Amino acid sequence: MKLYGKYLSIHIRSMMQYKASFFLTALGQFLTSFNVFLGVFFLFQRFHSVAGFSYQEVLLCFGIMLLEFSLAEAFARGFDTFPTMLANGEFDRILVRPRNEIFQVLASKVEFTRLGRVLQAVVMFVYGIAASHIQWDFYKILTVVFMLLGGSLVFTGIFLIYAAISFFTLEGLEFMNVLTDGAREYGKYPVSVYGKRVLQFCTFVVPYALIQYYPLLYLLGRSENPLYIVLPLIAGVFLLPCWLLWRLGVRHYKSTGS
Amino acid sequence: MGKYLAFFRLRFSMGLQYRAAAVAGIVTQFFWGAMELLAFRAFYDADPAAFPMAFQATASYVWMQQAFLALFGAWFFENEIFQSIRDGSVAYELCRPTDLYAMWFARSAANRVSRAVLRCVPILLVAAFLPAPYGMTLPASPAALLWWLVTMALAVTVTVGYNMLVYFITFFTVSPNGVRIVAVSLVELLQGAIIPLPFFPDGLRQVLELLPFAAMQNVPLRAWSGDLAGGALYAAAGLQVFWALVLVGGGWLLSQKAVKKTVVQGG
Repeated sequence: MKLYGKYLSIHIRSMMQYKASFFLTALGQFLTSFNVFLGVFFLFQRFHSVAGFSYQEVLLCFGIMLLEFSLAEAFARGFDTFPTMLANGEFDRILVRPRNEIFQVLASKVEFTRLGRVLQAVVMFVYGIAASHIQWDFYKILTVVFMLLGGSLVFTGIFLIYAAISFFTLEGLEFMNVLTDGAREYGKYPVSVYGKRVLQFCTFVVPYALIQYYPLLYLLGRSENPLYIVLPLIAGVFLLPCWLLWRLGVRHYKSTGS
Repeated sequence: MGKYLAFFRLRFSMGLQYRAAAVAGIVTQFFWGAMELLAFRAFYDADPAAFPMAFQATASYVWMQQAFLALFGAWFFENEIFQSIRDGSVAYELCRPTDLYAMWFARSAANRVSRAVLRCVPILLVAAFLPAPYGMTLPASPAALLWWLVTMALAVTVTVGYNMLVYFITFFTVSPNGVRIVAVSLVELLQGAIIPLPFFPDGLRQVLELLPFAAMQNVPLRAWSGDLAGGALYAAAGLQVFWALVLVGGGWLLSQKAVKKTVVQGG
């Protein structure tokens, strides 16, 4: 943990060497997701609800999902750029060091430019909370905390799969974007909006619904099922198969030799 | 003219080489289109009366948008060009007996078209076999098909013309990042890539339809399904011609100015 702090401070200092570039990238991140927000905003000027969810509730959902994603992306970015690491032989260096390789990949890159997106996520989140008339109690606060935690874990898991697959293909798979960027984009609406099949897929195959739809129902008082509070944590179990795939990848690994 | 066509052909066949990337792209775009449509369906179910287009027309719009993503994608700039402006290797290009603007224009257009050609057919074919309101339809009429072809060509001209303007603006700024970020996010929203223009609130929508951004994918994608027809279509196509002239003309003038300002330091 102390070592991670060290890495973190190195990243911050190197980032601050290029302040203009840092702020511009952060601004770009912000504008891209702000456009998505504007899309939602304009749609709700015309329609007043979607699949039974109001504008405020959708924003709350969007905010939480974006926050979960941005947190995972900021800290697990090393896996996102992992194919490069394989290609330039960086991973060989990691393997010879006496530390866990997952830890080193995690620490190899921290993306603070995602702050632009976090900022927007926080604003929508706060607005959503303020405007959607939730009766707060201890369990609901717990639900939000679990959602953020479980959500970041699930997205980290997906980044991990992405990295693990590149052991076999040696390059990034554009298809994986569906699971990462796609989930961020389309996670703006509660999963049930997309119909029953998508909901089933997101419950049993990739647990998006467990970190978004079900706990949201509890949060909004649509359901009293106490199971929904801990579902996001259960979704964290998703990390296990991801980790196994990663182990398999590491065992399979042959250096590219460069 | 011949040499620019040669540039176009060269780039075009280069773009066709990346087939594996195209397959991955096709699968991804297909998923995005499907999710997009499911979301629109939910809005349609919530209040069919407030839906500004026929649902079928929206479906065709979304599928064509995914199929021709490479033609109209806002972020699709060429890093090589930005790089050459920044590190000065643009000087080599200036040595050639060609017009810089025309050469880059041919090259950008070829890049977009070659990518789109590889990707569009499978997406459109699969979409055509989807059940009724979700699938891709044939054009509304032979006239609509003809108008689609014309407005499509104009839309590509406007899009590339806009890109060229951005490239030449970066001759005057130190780093291309800032200009690029603003340019991309403007186009993305205002050309109807996030939600089609008819979904914007009235008032705002009428203003947006006059802007150059509306002369991009908005016109051909709606002309296909007959959502844009008659007088509105003629006006939109007229605006496309206008903006194509303004953007290409303005870009060319800017390019003359930029080149005159460029000092090659040697070394």
